[in-house]
Amino acid sequence: MFGISLSRIGAVFLKELIQMRRDRLTFGMIIGIPIIQLILFGYAINSDPKHLPTAINVQDPSVYSRTLVRALENSGYFRVTHVINGEREGAALLASGSVAFVVTVPPEFSRALARGERPQVLIEADASDPAAAANAVGAVAQLPATVFNRELSGGLSSLRPTPAPFEVVVHRRYNPEGISAYNVVPGLIGVILTMTMVMITALAVTREVERGTMENLLAMPLQPFEVMAGKILPYIVMGYIQVTVVLIAARVLFGVPMLGSYFDLSIALALFIAANLSVGFTISTVASNQLQAMQMTFFFFLPSILLSGFMFPFRGMPEWAQWIGTVLPNTHFMRIVRGVMLKGSHLHDMLADVWPLIAFMLFAMAVALLRYRRTLD
Amino acid sequence: MSGALAIDVSELTKSFGARKVVDKFSIQVPKGQVWGFLGPNGSGKTTTIRMLCGLLLPDSGSGTCLGYDIRKQAALIKRNVGYMTQKFSFYEDLSIRENLDFVARVYEMDDRVRAVDQAIERLGLVERQQQLAGTLSGGWKQRLALAACILHRPQLLLLDEPTAGVDPQARRDFWDEIHQLAAQGLTVLVSTHYMDEAERCDRIVYLAYGTVLARGTVGEVIGASTLNTWIVTGEDVRALAGELQGRPGVDQVSVFGVTLHVSGTDAGALERAIEPYRARAGFAWKKSSPSLEDVFIHLMAPFRARLTG
Ligand SMILES: Nc1ncnc2c1ncn2[C@@H]1O[C@H](COP(=O)(O)OP(=O)(O)OP(=O)(O)O)[C@@H](O)[C@H]1O
Ligand SMILES: [Mg+2]
Repeated sequence: MFGISLSRIGAVFLKELIQMRRDRLTFGMIIGIPIIQLILFGYAINSDPKHLPTAINVQDPSVYSRTLVRALENSGYFRVTHVINGEREGAALLASGSVAFVVTVPPEFSRALARGERPQVLIEADASDPAAAANAVGAVAQLPATVFNRELSGGLSSLRPTPAPFEVVVHRRYNPEGISAYNVVPGLIGVILTMTMVMITALAVTREVERGTMENLLAMPLQPFEVMAGKILPYIVMGYIQVTVVLIAARVLFGVPMLGSYFDLSIALALFIAANLSVGFTISTVASNQLQAMQMTFFFFLPSILLSGFMFPFRGMPEWAQWIGTVLPNTHFMRIVRGVMLKGSHLHDMLADVWPLIAFMLFAMAVALLRYRRTLD
Repeated sequence: MSGALAIDVSELTKSFGARKVVDKFSIQVPKGQVWGFLGPNGSGKTTTIRMLCGLLLPDSGSGTCLGYDIRKQAALIKRNVGYMTQKFSFYEDLSIRENLDFVARVYEMDDRVRAVDQAIERLGLVERQQQLAGTLSGGWKQRLALAACILHRPQLLLLDEPTAGVDPQARRDFWDEIHQLAAQGLTVLVSTHYMDEAERCDRIVYLAYGTVLARGTVGEVIGASTLNTWIVTGEDVRALAGELQGRPGVDQVSVFGVTLHVSGTDAGALERAIEPYRARAGFAWKKSSPSLEDVFIHLMAPFRARLTG
């Protein structure tokens, strides 16, 4: 009957903007949540934990193994708390969390070393907290090249690098993907946006119902799409502000690189934010008060954080969980952001994740529009 | 056909669950008239008004508002109708000016700023225009809501208890304005519980339990009633009321300060009932026509009996 009117969308947009500015709690939440989460997760990223409890299982006591252990301790990351004998003991200590690493020097290590057979030193790391293990593991990688420089002198100097006289083999336990610290920030963007965007829209519409202003809104010549667009737009802006905060902090505090293009990132962001806002809008058409809206937000938020690959490695999840994860926008968004930020990928390299995001967004929008009440019935 | 009618609906029916809230409601309101909508709490006034402006879909029945079908052309009705909700439903966290500005933008008014300025001036709220609506007193909220719903110059006003909680002076100003607007061709349907307001309407419609019990001008409604009323004036009419209550022939007794309205449907029986008391000193008795309120209370009597009995 009437076309979509920009000025009516503008009316709702302006109203929302003013209300958002006046509603200190919501406003605080929008800015506060990313900062708090960044600090919480960022602490985990930034913490470069040293002196991690380590069990050593030396099966060839020699000058080499003693030097090796001393070098590990000197790196600052390892603190020998247990001297053990046998693999089973080590596995038990690791499983119970008593130690973060088990270092095993194999039998005949020094002889093999002298023969130039490049024997292997095994380091088993508790990678269930990947951020904690990552730096220590990194430090170990430097060892083989230099640690025996003094011992391997004179007649043995032919064994000096390169190649290194022995190898360090690292087994990450409990977290085979070994999510690195960098991976957390892109994931965090998805998590923060999911939480705030869904909740804020859900509340913004439910509030109208709860305060009785919905009756007036419905009595005015506003079309559902105009209300939705006008309400969603200010929060899209908010979403971008949140992401900017996270990106700057990630760069400054944790040195997370941005290898790809900001343009690609903002396209993905627009899709993702619109998808989440539509979910929030749909929730608001079902919930009859703000408490319900909040509960339903968490119902959506929890799988988004647990099954998207943010918390647990995606491929490590049972199949049914992967299916749920595949539907969720956060799963695909996180992969896209990781691709863009850490690998410098372009969107067209990641269409497999772009399409599901678009599909979800369109679906959520359609549901939201269909569910929006035109009457008070 | 309905060119001269602002509202023309017939047999509107609405139920919530198993309860029929509005039952076969029909009215024809000519353009430029002011109609009053009366009835006890829960009688279905708000529900009816919501059906008229497209906020609720009737279960059955049909009709037009301003010539637009209430079922199919709700969008057009909304453009040309000003609906003032019973409960304040503007934004408490927006200022007076921001609320009016929002409305003007939604209706895409060309002279938005000027219209808002004028509305604020008419309200007499120029100095307080930046005050948040939520901090206004109840009466001022009502006045703001009224200003907001006539801002876009609608052709039909649906006002749901617009003067509840408004002081007498403001009520009088409000009704003067309603009549001015009606003189310019605006049609008004206003629900109210005030009898003096009912008397300022061209026609009144009295609704109870979803059905129309009386309609017409105030005179017609009173004339159609079978009620006979005696007015007693005196010092201690309260005691007298207690004695008269429940006598055969006396249907209702109500005290208004120093006067007492004694009414009954059977004129003869009523006179016989009051006969013994008429000689009492200190009271003046006068036969009169019932007031509108007497008539309404009388109309409700069968329902009350049904509820209690
Ligand atoms: N959305 C709804 N769901 C269920 N029942 C409703 C709904 N809206 C109204 N009712 C019921 O319909 C009846 C009529 O309500 P309505 O608000 O129309 O009365 P009213 O005449 O406006 O009363 P008042 O003078 O108190 O404003 C009431 O009993 C009310 O409880
Ligand atoms: Mg009502």
